Amino acid sequence: MCGIVGLYLKNPAMEDKLGELFAPMLIAMTDRGPDSAGFAVYGDAVDDGVKLTLRHEDESFDWAALAKSVETDLSTKVDWFQNSKVAVFKVDLDAEIVEKYLEENHAEVLIMSSGKSIEILKEVGLPERIVDMFKLDQMKGSHIIGHTRMATESAVTMAGSHPFSTGLDLCLVHNGSLSNHNRLRMELERDGIKFDTENDSEVAAGYLTHRLQQGDSLNQALEHALKDLDGFFTFTIGTKDGFAVVRDPIACKPAVIAETDDYVAMASEYQALTTLPGIENAKVWEPEPSTIYVWERDK
Amino acid sequence: MSNTSTVRAEKGTMKTIDLASETVTDLNHALHEQANEMTIEEWEVLNPKGHHNLAVGVDQKLKIDIHGHAGYYCAGMNKEAEITIHGNVGQGVAENMMSGKVHVKGDASSAAAATAHGGLLVIEGNAGSRCGISMKGANIVVKGSVGHMSCFMGQAGALVVCGDAGDALGDSLYETHIYVKGSVKSLGADCIEKEMRQEHLDELTSLLDQAGFDDDPKAFTRYGSARQLYNFKVDNAGAY
Repeated sequence: MCGIVGLYLKNPAMEDKLGELFAPMLIAMTDRGPDSAGFAVYGDAVDDGVKLTLRHEDESFDWAALAKSVETDLSTKVDWFQNSKVAVFKVDLDAEIVEKYLEENHAEVLIMSSGKSIEILKEVGLPERIVDMFKLDQMKGSHIIGHTRMATESAVTMAGSHPFSTGLDLCLVHNGSLSNHNRLRMELERDGIKFDTENDSEVAAGYLTHRLQQGDSLNQALEHALKDLDGFFTFTIGTKDGFAVVRDPIACKPAVIAETDDYVAMASEYQALTTLPGIENAKVWEPEPSTIYVWERDK
Repeated sequence: MSNTSTVRAEKGTMKTIDLASETVTDLNHALHEQANEMTIEEWEVLNPKGHHNLAVGVDQKLKIDIHGHAGYYCAGMNKEAEITIHGNVGQGVAENMMSGKVHVKGDASSAAAATAHGGLLVIEGNAGSRCGISMKGANIVVKGSVGHMSCFMGQAGALVVCGDAGDALGDSLYETHIYVKGSVKSLGADCIEKEMRQEHLDELTSLLDQAGFDDDPKAFTRYGSARQLYNFKVDNAGAY
């Protein structure tokens, strides 16, 4: 069992309150996932270059020194800030260049996400603790997806927590369990996809990354996922401009969606939506099995 | 127990439980205390906010109104009570109901009235997948549509669907009567269309009437078991 929550704001006037609206949604899913929690928030986008979320186990890690060495070695400018164990770096270069530099020269720093607007933050512990740790309730942005984990297939670690990055500005959260993840992982590794854990959801993320690299659109990648992933799943996929929801053909894993003029919200259970404004009059429904739902703002 | 209970409740006595200030355990304890002797007949539940297990295991002729959306297993194991949910319900509403009536004004999630032995479940909206899974004698009337695998292994009772049915309706069906007014996406193994005889029209008319729906019984099609999966056939031994 795990909990999934997502909130996409249609009304830009509410963007300052994204975190405040979302924090109780994540905490409401504690019963479904008390092991670890995480979220991917989209906002504060960079026009040029890349925004990276980086993590170091040591909270007193010298991010200023890292920023300085990126600036010196890559002859660029870094705009950065720290939030608990993570730091957000905005660099005026292509993602590939910065990621390669960090992997080769600062392997102790984990790259949690990269893109124009995504920030992935996740840790082991109760959702409430993670909310406090990252001051989620103060965050701003256009949309956000989150996950509370009750581990079934692999260890309770930060790396095994969700969301999983699946490419630039893309990430995935999963409720369910995949049956064919070992075989699929082997096949994907042969195609050059790297995995950090034994986690089944990471395989789903790696699968999407692979499909997108092959030139699939997000919709096509999810269509393929419905064919190739064996097991139970409700996925929520965060994109730069919105999010997508898809359930397996049997649809054992729950999902409920609420829509008003101001927002689209999804959650594993309705309980997580009850603190949203206007929820009493929202259109509330369950997504159909094997159906891909996408909400995205105009680019 | 309830058959021997004395009804002491005066007409019009009503108790309100507000889940904004009281817990689900408080609510269910209060309802269970009525099992031996009914002192309060009418109950009103406010701010359900998707909580699970609301009004489960009630064993008395209570009238319970839940104002808002309920979570999983609402009115589960109900005996005798008339429970109305003025909103949507999560998975397993009225699961294993024994008797009484559960009325959902909105939509129901999957596995509505799963394994229910008796009583009536009315859903004014749509029901999700596996509606009436392994039902054992309850009656279910759905104004809207039902999802895939509805009535899977249904043993007794009746499922009435005024809208459409999803894939694999009545898979591995025993003796539940199924009536669908709209389309059926596909029938499950051993479920077939059957002739609507007078006794079925009478049953359907009565169920629609009890649910308060004015759909024309003649517009429905009946589905039932072909009874080909009841016994092991030696010819199939090779398949195992």
